[in-house]
Amino acid sequence: MLDTAIQLAYLAASVLFILGLKGLSHPDTARRGMLLAELGMLMAIVGTLLKHEIVRYEWIIAGVAIGGAIGAAISIWMPMTAVPQRTAISHMFGALAATLVGVAEYYRHAGAIPHVEMAALGFEVMFGSLTITGSFMAFGKLQEIVKGAPITYRLQNPINISLFFVTLGMFAYLIFQPANQHVFYAMVGLGLLIGVFIVMPIGGADMPVVISLLNSYAGLASSATGFVLGNNVLIIAGALDGASGFLLSVLMSRAMNRSFANVLFGAFGGGEQAAATLRAAGEKTVRPITAEDAAIQLAYARLVIVVPGYGMAVAQAQHQVAELAEMIEKRGGTVKYAIHPVAGRMPGHMNVLLAEANVPYDRLYDMEDINAEFENADVALVIGANDVVNPAARNDRASPIYGMPILDVDRAKSIIVLKRSMNPGFAGIENELFYHPKCSMLFGNAKDSLVKLIGEIKNV
Amino acid sequence: MSGISFIELYVFVLAAFVGYQVISRVPPLLHTPLMSATNAISGISLVGSLVLAGADYGTLATWLGFIAVTSSSLNVIGGFLITDRMLRMFKRSGSKR
Repeated sequence: MLDTAIQLAYLAASVLFILGLKGLSHPDTARRGMLLAELGMLMAIVGTLLKHEIVRYEWIIAGVAIGGAIGAAISIWMPMTAVPQRTAISHMFGALAATLVGVAEYYRHAGAIPHVEMAALGFEVMFGSLTITGSFMAFGKLQEIVKGAPITYRLQNPINISLFFVTLGMFAYLIFQPANQHVFYAMVGLGLLIGVFIVMPIGGADMPVVISLLNSYAGLASSATGFVLGNNVLIIAGALDGASGFLLSVLMSRAMNRSFANVLFGAFGGGEQAAATLRAAGEKTVRPITAEDAAIQLAYARLVIVVPGYGMAVAQAQHQVAELAEMIEKRGGTVKYAIHPVAGRMPGHMNVLLAEANVPYDRLYDMEDINAEFENADVALVIGANDVVNPAARNDRASPIYGMPILDVDRAKSIIVLKRSMNPGFAGIENELFYHPKCSMLFGNAKDSLVKLIGEIKNV
Repeated sequence: MSGISFIELYVFVLAAFVGYQVISRVPPLLHTPLMSATNAISGISLVGSLVLAGADYGTLATWLGFIAVTSSSLNVIGGFLITDRMLRMFKRSGSKR
């Protein structure tokens, strides 16, 4: 009887999760959808607490209180610019929970586990452990505790690939010999090591793909936990998370015209290549512009398209962007925002920052919807974006980003780029847009430049 | 530990399929909230962790369970709160600021 009630609670939870995610297909229904998902979570938890295996509550209460308090504190006080870091670290916590449950299951049965269960358990701890350290590295890079640029060394790929195959071999061995505890714990250890090694060579601009992949792994690890425990709601929720992460990684790597393998093993921006492009750059000249002149252009523009990038997030300049847009609109101009799928450090990063600055979401346009409008734009205002507006992706076969879909900023009537200096971006790829005859550069920190522009535009 | 049957594989494949269909309709505008929402939902590992922390499986299991409960409730509560905080910010033009 009680078991039936628990199963029904799980079934209801699964349906509510799916309905919750369905709500996210539109901003108007999203919050209601999340309410349904929260209700589903509550039902799943209450159902679980009714299980007869649970005899003590003190550790449960302590864990929920501590975890809940930390989670709530982070979510309430964290600045929106830190969303990518928080997401990365939460993948770590999700994978940690799944891995610990798996290790504890193995430990308490002392390895006496049937083959099929061992396959699920092995999958769970293997993916779980590499997600723990991989996500922690991603967090470290985003929080700038770890150097953000790719860390590479000789024979890196062969080492990583052999490590991976050794671990896979251990996994296969364990399915046939589940009782070999040394191999099991060695596999967990190697999984942790692989996570570090695989994220170390990945640079900041590839973070959207990495975060999505880790999201998918964390989900798959949860799902495998469901197989191990024979719990369907775990399988379903994990599968939803896994599918979502997978879909996002496909979208992100498509937006960079790269394969997963290329992101994971192709650390961009090797020293020699960057040096070569820099030498070539020395022969061309850029046109700096004063804030005063830029303000005049913006003040008289009918259509301004703003292209935000990671530089806007770093400078926390989203509020100044919104303020400048408001002033242009007061003077009769129209301002639209062009959002490249991989602008920033995670999928949808720019949208959230601009929404925080009260930019209405119907002004935010995806790449496919805005690209045709650039030719009508009087000014394209590029704020801290680089690779996503580089015309080399369209016309330079030798460029490492050739073939990547870009925002057609160079088709606008004039271009103003806000940039800290002429240092090439993380990838070390020269951007010919900056030398374009229609392009002028406003150097300085994005926030300071925007404040100056706002000041000047008042005087126009 | 209960025996794995084919039914569970069906559940996984169909759930992944439904998930893919539903999530492919989420606009890029909401991809960040989507990720924190699925994060919160996959905090459902809490279900497994609760049993581990509350059952009488020995001291080590209880400790591992306690850490697992802490991490997954951090994800559940933190994830849903930050998702809501983000979703509240998305406004249409014309709506009051």
